[in-house]
Amino acid sequence: MFELLGIPPQALFGQVLLGLINGSFYAILSLGLAVIFGLLNIINFAHGAQYMMGAFVAWMCLNYFGINYWAALLLAPLIVGVFGVIIERVLIARLANLDHLYGLLLTFGLALIIQGLFRNQYGSSGLPYQIPPQLTGGQNLGFMFLPNYRAWVIAASLVVCLATWFLIEKTRLGAYLRAATENPTLTQAFGINVPLLVTLTYGFGVALAAFAGVLAAPIYSVNPNMGADLIIVVFAVVVIGGMGSILGAIITGFGLGLIEGLTKVFYPEAAATVIFIIMVLVLLVKPAGLFGRTT
Amino acid sequence: MANVASTDAPAAGLAVIEIDHGTARLHRMIFIGIAIALAVAPFIAYPVFVMKVLCFALFALAFNLLLGYGGLLSFGHAAYFGMASYVSAYTAKNWGLTPELAILLGTCVAALLGALFGALAIRRQGIYFAMITLALAQMVFFFSLQTPRFTGGEDGIQAVPRGKLFGLINLADDRTLYWVVAIIFMAGLLAIYRIIHSPFGQVCKAIRDNEPRAISLGYRANQYKLTVFVLSATLAGLAGATKAIVFQLASLTDVYWSMSGEVVLMTLVGGLGTVFGPIVGALVIVSMQNYLASLGAWVTVVQGVIFVICVLLFREGIVGVIAKWIKKPL
Repeated sequence: MFELLGIPPQALFGQVLLGLINGSFYAILSLGLAVIFGLLNIINFAHGAQYMMGAFVAWMCLNYFGINYWAALLLAPLIVGVFGVIIERVLIARLANLDHLYGLLLTFGLALIIQGLFRNQYGSSGLPYQIPPQLTGGQNLGFMFLPNYRAWVIAASLVVCLATWFLIEKTRLGAYLRAATENPTLTQAFGINVPLLVTLTYGFGVALAAFAGVLAAPIYSVNPNMGADLIIVVFAVVVIGGMGSILGAIITGFGLGLIEGLTKVFYPEAAATVIFIIMVLVLLVKPAGLFGRTT
Repeated sequence: MANVASTDAPAAGLAVIEIDHGTARLHRMIFIGIAIALAVAPFIAYPVFVMKVLCFALFALAFNLLLGYGGLLSFGHAAYFGMASYVSAYTAKNWGLTPELAILLGTCVAALLGALFGALAIRRQGIYFAMITLALAQMVFFFSLQTPRFTGGEDGIQAVPRGKLFGLINLADDRTLYWVVAIIFMAGLLAIYRIIHSPFGQVCKAIRDNEPRAISLGYRANQYKLTVFVLSATLAGLAGATKAIVFQLASLTDVYWSMSGEVVLMTLVGGLGTVFGPIVGALVIVSMQNYLASLGAWVTVVQGVIFVICVLLFREGIVGVIAKWIKKPL
C-alpha cells in the first residue's frame, strides 16, 4: 500500500468519490437553475425543495405502491415535473413582466411551504431508502473499493447532463429554446409558442432536480431538509460558473464537488466553506464567473 | 470624490421637491405618534414582546434601506444581525463589558463584515447579488457552527448578563431595559429617515432607478452602493446586538438563512420602499409567530403562504397601500 502525503489511499479515493457524487448533484441542479434562468429570468429558489420532493416521491412509490427504484427514477421526475408545470402556469406566469427579484421571493415562499408541509408529515429525522438490489456490493479496484451504487450515480448524472447539453445545443427544440432565450418576442413572431416553451422549460428544470433527488435518496436519507442547505451551495456554484454555458455548469459542478472532496481529506475544517471561499476568489478575479458572459 | 461633491447640489434640490410641506408635517405627526406608542406600549403589552418587535423592526428598517432605497436585494442579512448578536453576547458575558459597549462592539463588527461582503457582492448585479449575499451569509453560518469556543455551537451563548448601563443603571428589570431599547430603536429610525431624505439618499434612489444614467451624470455608483450596504449592515448589526442583550441569548438561528428570509418577509408585508412599512411588517410577523408558536412547523408553511400572497397580490405591502390611498409617500 502506498501513501499520498500521509493520507491512506482508501480515504483519499473514498472522499474523491464522495466529492464526485456531490459534484454530480451540483452539476444537475445548477444545470436546471441555468436552463430555467435562461428562459424565465427567475432564480428558482424552490429547486432544493423540488430535489427533496424527487427523493420523497421515490420513497412514497416504494413504500405506498411497491414501485421499485428503476420505475421511480422515471416516475418521480415526471410527477415532480408536472407539479412544476402547474406551479409555473398558476403562479410564476403571473410575474412575467415584473422585476425578476419577485420570482426569487415567490419561489422562496414556495420552498418554505413545500419543506414545511413535508416536515409536518414526515418529521425531520429522515427516512431510509434501500439501494436497489442490482446495485448493492461493489468492485475492488486494487487501490480502493468502489461501491456499485456510487459508480452508477456518477455515470447516470454524467449521461443526464450530456443528454441535456445535446438536447439544448444540437436539436431543433433546443434551437427554439435558445432563440426564445435570446429574444422571446421575435421567436414568438416566427410562430413558436413561447409561453408553452417557458412552461415546459420550467417543468424540465424541476424534473432534473427531482431526478437528482431520486439518485440521492439511497445515499443520504430521505429528509425534508435535504435540499435547503444544498440549494445555497448550488447558488455559489452558479455564481462561480456563470449561467451562460451548459457545459460550463456541468464542468463547474463536478469540479467543485471534487475540490470539496479533496478539502475533506486535507483540511476537513474548511470542507463546508471551501465552495464559498472559491466563490469569493472568483468574484475578485473574474466577477462574471468562469464561463459567464460579462453583464 | 470632488466630482461627487460638486454634483450633490441638484440632488439636494430634488430632496426639497420630493418632500413637500404637507408630507413633512404628516411624517412629523407619525414620528410623534410612534414616540407616544413607544411610551405607552410597556404598560399595555408585555415589555419583552415589545422589545422583540422593536429589535426586528430595526432589523427590517435596515434591510429596507438597502432594498427599498438602494435597490439591492440582500438575502444574507442574517450574517450581520447574527454576527453582531454573537459579538455582543460574547463580550458582555466573557469580557464583562457593559451593555452599551457590547452593543457598540457588535455593531462595529457588523459594519466591518458589511464592508467586506458588500465590496464583494456589488461586483455582480440583480439576481447574482442576491445569491452572493446568501452564499456569504451561509459561510458565516458554517463559521459559527464550527467555532463553538466563540459561538457555543448548537447551544449558542446563553445566560448573557444584561449588566449595568454605563456601569450605573441595572438593566435586569424588563421595564428599565425597555427604555434603552426604545431609545436605540428611535435613534435608528431617525438615522434611517435622515439617510433616505439626504442628498446621499436621493442619489441612491437615482442609482436604483437608472444606474447607467446616474453614472453618466458623474456619480460613482459603486461607492454609493457600498456605502448604503455598509449602513444597512451596521444598523442590522445594531438590531442583532441589542437583541442578544434583551433575550440574553445569541444562537445559530440568528445567522441561519431562515432569518434572512424572515426580514425579507417583514419588509415585504409592511411595504417595500416605504419608510414606516418595515415597522408594521415586523409587528405583524412577530405577533404571528407568537400566536402560532404552538403550531411548530406550520409557522414555516404560513410564512411561505404569506410570501406567495404578498408577491402575487399585495406587492405594495400594508403601508404601501395606505400611502397610495392618501396619495402621500410614507
